[in-house]
Amino acid sequence: MQTILVAIKRVVDFNVRVRVKPDGTGMATEGLKTSINPFDEIALEAALRLREAGAFRDVVLVTLGGSDAARELRTGLAMGADRAIRVDAAATLEPLVVAHALHVLAVREQAGLVLLGKQAIDDDNGQTGQMLAALWGRPQATFASQLAIAGGVATVTREVDAGLETIEVDLPAVVTTDLRLNQPRYVKLPEILKAKTKPLTVVSLAELGVRAERQFVVSDFTAPPQRSAGVRVKSVAELVAALEARGVLA
Amino acid sequence: MTRVLVVAEHDGRRLDPATAKCVRCALDLAPQALAVAVLARGGDEIAAQAAALAGVTGVLLVDAAHNAAPLAAVLAPQLASLAEGFTHVLAPSSTFGKDVAPRVAALLGVGQISDVLAVLGPHRFKRHIYAGNAVVTVDADPARCTVATVRLASYSGVGAGPPAPIVRRTLEVALPTHTRFVALRSDKGSRPDLQTAGRVVAGGRALGSAQGFELIGALADALGAAVGASRAAVDSGFVANDLQVGQTGKIIAPELYVAVGISGAIQHVTGIKDARTIVAINKDPEAPIFELADIGLVADLFKAVPELIEALRARVR
Repeated sequence: MQTILVAIKRVVDFNVRVRVKPDGTGMATEGLKTSINPFDEIALEAALRLREAGAFRDVVLVTLGGSDAARELRTGLAMGADRAIRVDAAATLEPLVVAHALHVLAVREQAGLVLLGKQAIDDDNGQTGQMLAALWGRPQATFASQLAIAGGVATVTREVDAGLETIEVDLPAVVTTDLRLNQPRYVKLPEILKAKTKPLTVVSLAELGVRAERQFVVSDFTAPPQRSAGVRVKSVAELVAALEARGVLA
Repeated sequence: MTRVLVVAEHDGRRLDPATAKCVRCALDLAPQALAVAVLARGGDEIAAQAAALAGVTGVLLVDAAHNAAPLAAVLAPQLASLAEGFTHVLAPSSTFGKDVAPRVAALLGVGQISDVLAVLGPHRFKRHIYAGNAVVTVDADPARCTVATVRLASYSGVGAGPPAPIVRRTLEVALPTHTRFVALRSDKGSRPDLQTAGRVVAGGRALGSAQGFELIGALADALGAAVGASRAAVDSGFVANDLQVGQTGKIIAPELYVAVGISGAIQHVTGIKDARTIVAINKDPEAPIFELADIGLVADLFKAVPELIEALRARVR
């Protein structure tokens, strides 16, 4: 039986509104509450359920980031992951670099499955899983809302624009998770205590043979133009009149 | 010399309107060549539709049985091969493009710019981050091929132009068999397509049930509109996933958007903020949706919506 590798990203909690720094050089994220990227949390939950069903031996959690990302790894261990790896790096790596690092780890861990969220809610790139699958030369099943494993094959239902698409992929494979795959479990206090003793190793990007190359320069962070509130109408008749006045019912 | 390859999206029979929007974005790059790659089984009709888009200088048609279903693992190596000699590869930021484009980029050894909303120069783009809470400028390396997906709500499709030549290509590329298409479940009714509709009526959790949600369909029909939904409504099982509007669903830009019983979380709002006119009907006067609605009505939706349907029908009569 094989290992499931779950990649998680530390992000500002989805309930927190992040604003642009006044000088436009970035986002004002300091001191804000962080958590596991919600899509990655769903990926971890899916991995735990597969291990509990006996389809895989263990669940290894990986993140790329600074020492503050250890908190999210401990949360993931408390949810039930067996061990964790932190690749020591800046938090703003480009997705292709992250994919290269995950590729090295997937091979090293002989992963039978790599699970991760379909996108991170901070940079909204949505690239890492697909890039990993390309570098690894393995299948990808993105936007998964159902996942079943049998006989070395994953059957995945994907949320696509036209509806629900089902594909079969041979393992090992990369699966990126969508919102409706599952509802992640709550962490109980005893597990938080137990998680403190679970193994958490740290490796550097250099040890993995990966360079933190930058292909893009991101600048000029600005707040988007805000829509302002329009009129309040008091009745359906006024609503229809307002629509007519704007010419949208023509 | 700017040479752009646009990846065509289609359903096996017809070209998707997303492709004409990508061509519009591509034209902003002022390209010397603008080719559309059509990977399909058959595909003559699709290629002809792509060739008729204004600004397109050529269509590359790869007609093969293995292109019957849009499997990224099968399409990406072919697209990476076709991309040779091109400076840019553009795909729509639909689930199709989001799936395949990063795989193409990685095969080409380059990164990707997701959801381009404006072109500032051949290698300079604007895009959103943090669910649309910020706009950033991204500069790509001019020495490499630029792979990007195009935010469809930011572009209108190009019209028709003189037909461009169609070149049939046979590719010598090893293709994997590890990924197999099984089925597509799609319950497309007679209503307009959500992504491209001029009018959209969307409902939220407040509809209460799948049965309650039928009210949204009735209002949509009275307006000739498409139906959309908030994440909460989809999660609650009122409607299918493909109707979800927002950060993780569809980003749309209709002329008229009517939000019924939707509170207006930032994740939802990011999907509709390019709409021309936003109408909100909600019984909670403090709902954030009212902060951006052009027309707001504080009312019980179960009373107001039937009244509105009746008023719209009376207007037509």
